[in-house]
Amino acid sequence: MKHALARKSRALPARCVLGIALGVWGAAAVQAQTLNVVMASKLTVLDPVLTASHQTRNHGYMIYDTLLATDADNKVQPQMAEKWSVSEDGKTYTFVLRDGLKWHDGAPVKAEDCIASIQRWAQQDKVGRQIMPHVASMNVVDDKTFTIVLNRPLDITAALGKPSGLPSFMMPKRVAETPATQAITDYTGSGPFKFVQAQFQPGVRTVYEKNTDYVPRNEPPSATAGGKQVFVDKVEWIAMPDAMTGVNALMGGEVDYLETVPFDMTPLVQRAPQVTLKVIDKLGYQPMYRFNQLQAPFNNKQIRQAAMYAIGQETILKAQVGDPAFYKTCGAVFGCGLPYASDVRADMIVPSNIERAKQLLKEANYNNEPVVILHATDIAMASAIPVVMAQQLRQAGFNVSLQAMDFMTMLSRRANRDVTAKGGWSIFVTTWHVSEIMDPLRNYGVSANGEKAWFGWPTVPKVESLREAFLLATSDEERKRVTDQLQDLMLDEGVAITLGEIHSAAAFRNTISGVLDSPAPVFWNIKKAAK
Amino acid sequence: MLSYIIRRILATIPVVFTVAIMVFCLLRLTPGDPALILAGDAATPEQLTQIRQHMGLDQSLATQFFKWGTQVMQGDLGVSLHSGTPVTSMIASRAAPSLALALSTIILSTLIAIPLGVFSAWRRGTGVDRSVMAFSVLGFSVPVFVTGYVLILLFSIKLGWLPIQGYRSLSQGVGPFFQHLALPTLALSTGFVALIARIARSSVLEVLGEDFIRTARAKGVTERTVMLAHALRSAAVPIITVIGISIALLISGVVVTESVFNVPGLGRLVVESVLARDYPLIQGLILLFSMVYIVVNLVIDILYSVFDPRIRY
Repeated sequence: MKHALARKSRALPARCVLGIALGVWGAAAVQAQTLNVVMASKLTVLDPVLTASHQTRNHGYMIYDTLLATDADNKVQPQMAEKWSVSEDGKTYTFVLRDGLKWHDGAPVKAEDCIASIQRWAQQDKVGRQIMPHVASMNVVDDKTFTIVLNRPLDITAALGKPSGLPSFMMPKRVAETPATQAITDYTGSGPFKFVQAQFQPGVRTVYEKNTDYVPRNEPPSATAGGKQVFVDKVEWIAMPDAMTGVNALMGGEVDYLETVPFDMTPLVQRAPQVTLKVIDKLGYQPMYRFNQLQAPFNNKQIRQAAMYAIGQETILKAQVGDPAFYKTCGAVFGCGLPYASDVRADMIVPSNIERAKQLLKEANYNNEPVVILHATDIAMASAIPVVMAQQLRQAGFNVSLQAMDFMTMLSRRANRDVTAKGGWSIFVTTWHVSEIMDPLRNYGVSANGEKAWFGWPTVPKVESLREAFLLATSDEERKRVTDQLQDLMLDEGVAITLGEIHSAAAFRNTISGVLDSPAPVFWNIKKAAK
Repeated sequence: MLSYIIRRILATIPVVFTVAIMVFCLLRLTPGDPALILAGDAATPEQLTQIRQHMGLDQSLATQFFKWGTQVMQGDLGVSLHSGTPVTSMIASRAAPSLALALSTIILSTLIAIPLGVFSAWRRGTGVDRSVMAFSVLGFSVPVFVTGYVLILLFSIKLGWLPIQGYRSLSQGVGPFFQHLALPTLALSTGFVALIARIARSSVLEVLGEDFIRTARAKGVTERTVMLAHALRSAAVPIITVIGISIALLISGVVVTESVFNVPGLGRLVVESVLARDYPLIQGLILLFSMVYIVVNLVIDILYSVFDPRIRY
């Protein structure tokens, strides 16, 4: 009995320790299953074809997969496709799907689903719309194989794998048959996470659970390509309208990941020992502006150039961002340091040259016509830019009217082609993710067919023909030559003017690891440890 | 009284109808196109037209209003243009946090403000009175987001007692519910305590000068009874009015507090829906708020007669 009691009493501390350890482990394991994330903006629209909203695109990467994908080196890789091949004449692409691909309802992914998805996507996507006139047919070969037959040789892989506003997500055929201008209501995907519709609160909370049937690729993950291995059970996106609250919640351990840290709060986050601040989107954003070329004063090329010389980049980016670690001045219309980067005519737009601007204004006989700048105050990435731009233009002698409004009003005002006295405008500023401007097919600024062009309505027919030449180019050298010519022409004519690049930083607690560098925030490969 | 209540309820019909027409027309006059924000720069003019058709925005204003009015009569407020979610369920999911925050704030504010106001009136001109008035000025003057951030810094970040943000429903536990409600309630209460305390003080002061108070004191009634049974009851009408209006205001208009503490309430929903020009949602919310104001005013009017028997309907 004594021995038994002694054994029991000796065993007791060990059991307690084990019990506590198991309890702690259990609690930690339960906590580690959910990744709490604050995204840059709220999710309301769930159809990644209907809208080019980045939040909807991010939602798309959670629940859908893509046929092809772009890796961290900007190379197109197979994703749902096991492989693809191109015929010798460059006109027929054959895609073979991987084994084991399943929709979230358990049905196998078939070639017909992919064709229907590409057809729906191509109605909305800018590049898709340019490619489709050259597509002769899309044909199912068998359940896992399909072909895209073109009228002439084109490279369509970049379009199918691009991570821009409208990636080509694959959906079941029954969903993809929804008209492209009508929102889908069935959110069945085949991606690494499943959307938990019952817990979705638009603008408040979005919940995703791990898709246990997902078969990742064997390659290591790289941006939106490679093996999408999920190590958490759930990911919860929490919408937080106040940036300071998001930062507080991150530092207090209530959330694990903040997609974007406002620039004025980066020093605060950098000082927090339990948090990592990192630029995970290496491409970043390009702020740009466009003139209204239908109305005075910017229907005059010399006056447009005067404005470009006056505005410059450094002062504007410093006001918008502050810390030079998060911005870059550069004159490349198609993205700094990317394959089509060029510094042709960068001297017109990178440094601010007020004296040159004054000289050009004088030569152009500027008649003090008002310059109306549309200032969308609720766009965090660009709200300071029009203010500084106005000041730069005033210094050069322009008569500037800076008109503040919300983004929605700006969108409506921007469509007004009338004179400024009747609600028209002279300059608007917008921002693009670099993946959306990095070639002439994606870049909305490369649009100069007058009244049919994108807002600003420049008439420079050569821009249109060069864009078509890029589409039909068969080698990288040819594409680079075309983009250099385009940059020269676009800056000479003031078609679309880049303001450099902005790189926002994400922040996450040190308890999570495996955060991937990616142009869109992705949540596979992330592991969460106990606090 | 019953006939008065019925008349008041019937009177809400033209009020709600007028509100509905005004909101509908004002929204259509405001610049902005929901189809544009939905489609973004990717859409062609043809696609925008199709989206507008799908949303029903291509129809005449009269047709749109008639359709919406018919739906509303059937208890259907339509669906959000952006999320496709029924407006009623969006409002329902956001109403609970707003209601919880409004009630907790008004209860806390009333419990603190009325004794403060009465005590301040009773001790008029003393240090206590001046302190209460100084607090009132401070409560009015400090913006709620400053109070909110200070409370977060103190109770959440420094002391770690309370959560920084978020809302938990009662079904997720009584403890988490009150923990998440504590800081926004405190932040909002500073302003409302100041407001109600000032009204209570001035109303009680006014009543304290009345003949019946002097008579009560001359009859030897204790000061406590004079203050609570005679002065406070007679001073109740303006206090009830301000409490009622505060409740309506708290349900519909505490956007800043909801943002700072990330409470998914109706105030935030209004701002989000206006920025997105989500017409059915804005219309549904404004209708709801007009109903809230109507009901609150009705309850206030009924309470007048309870506290002041001279008021009869």
